[in-house]
Amino acid sequence: MGIMSKSPWILHYDGSSCNGCDIEVLACLTPLYDVERFGIVNTGNPKHADILLITGAVNEQNKEVVTNLYAQMPDPKVVVALGTCATSGGIFRECYNVQGGIDTTIPVDVYVPGCAVRPEAIIEGVVKALGVLELRAAGKAQTHTPTGKVKA
Amino acid sequence: MTGLVGAVAFVVLAPVVGGLIAGLDRILSARLQARVGPPVLQPFWDVLKLLSKRRALVTVFQEYYAGCFLLFAIVAGAIFFGGGDLLLTVFSLALAGVFLVLGAYAPNSPYSTIGAERELLQMMAYEPMLLIAALGCFMATGSFHVDAIYAHPTALVGRLPGVFLGLLFVLTIKLRKSPFDLSASHHAHQELVRGLTTEFSGPTLALVEVGHWYETVLLLGLVYLFLAALGPWVALAGVVVVYALEVLADNIFARLTWRVTVASAWTVAAILGATNLLAVHYLKQ
Repeated sequence: MGIMSKSPWILHYDGSSCNGCDIEVLACLTPLYDVERFGIVNTGNPKHADILLITGAVNEQNKEVVTNLYAQMPDPKVVVALGTCATSGGIFRECYNVQGGIDTTIPVDVYVPGCAVRPEAIIEGVVKALGVLELRAAGKAQTHTPTGKVKA
Repeated sequence: MTGLVGAVAFVVLAPVVGGLIAGLDRILSARLQARVGPPVLQPFWDVLKLLSKRRALVTVFQEYYAGCFLLFAIVAGAIFFGGGDLLLTVFSLALAGVFLVLGAYAPNSPYSTIGAERELLQMMAYEPMLLIAALGCFMATGSFHVDAIYAHPTALVGRLPGVFLGLLFVLTIKLRKSPFDLSASHHAHQELVRGLTTEFSGPTLALVEVGHWYETVLLLGLVYLFLAALGPWVALAGVVVVYALEVLADNIFARLTWRVTVASAWTVAAILGATNLLAVHYLKQ
């Protein structure tokens, strides 16, 4: 296990979630799940974060915010789409202002479905993301430019 | 010669001790919140991870100022543990703080600027009490030199109880603990969490973290100095109790406003600190 997966710092962004998944993300920090046991810290700051957790779909208003947050995170980094809306747009998919899942805007590494997504699933998704983060830190996985294009 | 040994020992060992203190701090905080908390070595993993992240700067001055912060935190501690001048230690520590503030101002980001302004207010709040502490050591022992103060036969805390309590008060500000963690907090329950360090990332943030470990060890050394004559074990136990109280305060208080911070720190400096100095002065005559 490399150094990257020993200290994963998280940025949580609520796209257009109904707050169901957000509450489950916060539940991971509480005494019952206590993800700080694994060194996971909710930073609230893209410049400190290694993992971007996004709940809810991307819409016309927040697509620039999502791109901006992604661009501000220093490499290596991974993106986890949490909940059905983040993975595909969910029940909001057909709305006139919704673009769809997070992968319509930035590259997503791990998809965690669920409505609302369970804390156990969130933790498993983060652990899967750590595997990708390690590969990326070792140069063995695709990296992307700040705008989300695959780096040659 | 012993001075040089002390200074070198500080430069080499302070990051190890400071990192362990930070790890124990996080475990104790977690236990107070009914959580298990991270492994004790977690702060070291954090810093190693930060060092392996890509170097991303808003402006090159950030890295320069963060480096200067670390350098002067080391210089301040080396002077102190080398048995040098206590006043010079306090001034070097203030200089380190100024560099951190400049580093936070440099990127011109709103969050970082708020953090920098609050850090200046915090410095304004704690600086008088630190100077009074240095002055108190001089009045009680007749020397500003740390080795002479350390060798003084009677415990400073006996002659300077007010100054000692005042020092503990400003220690809360200096260690970035609630209720005085205005510029940057360790916990994500405040209204501005990473104000001062918002724009520092990766290796630059690692410099700031390590600088903070050096500062912590230096400040706990200052607490030790007040208890030194009671014997190493009693003094060490005193330092442990003081730090545990700081962690307790961090977990039971909400953040106060900058007005209350400055007003209370100055009131404490005036009532506990200055009164104590007057008492020492007149009791001598």
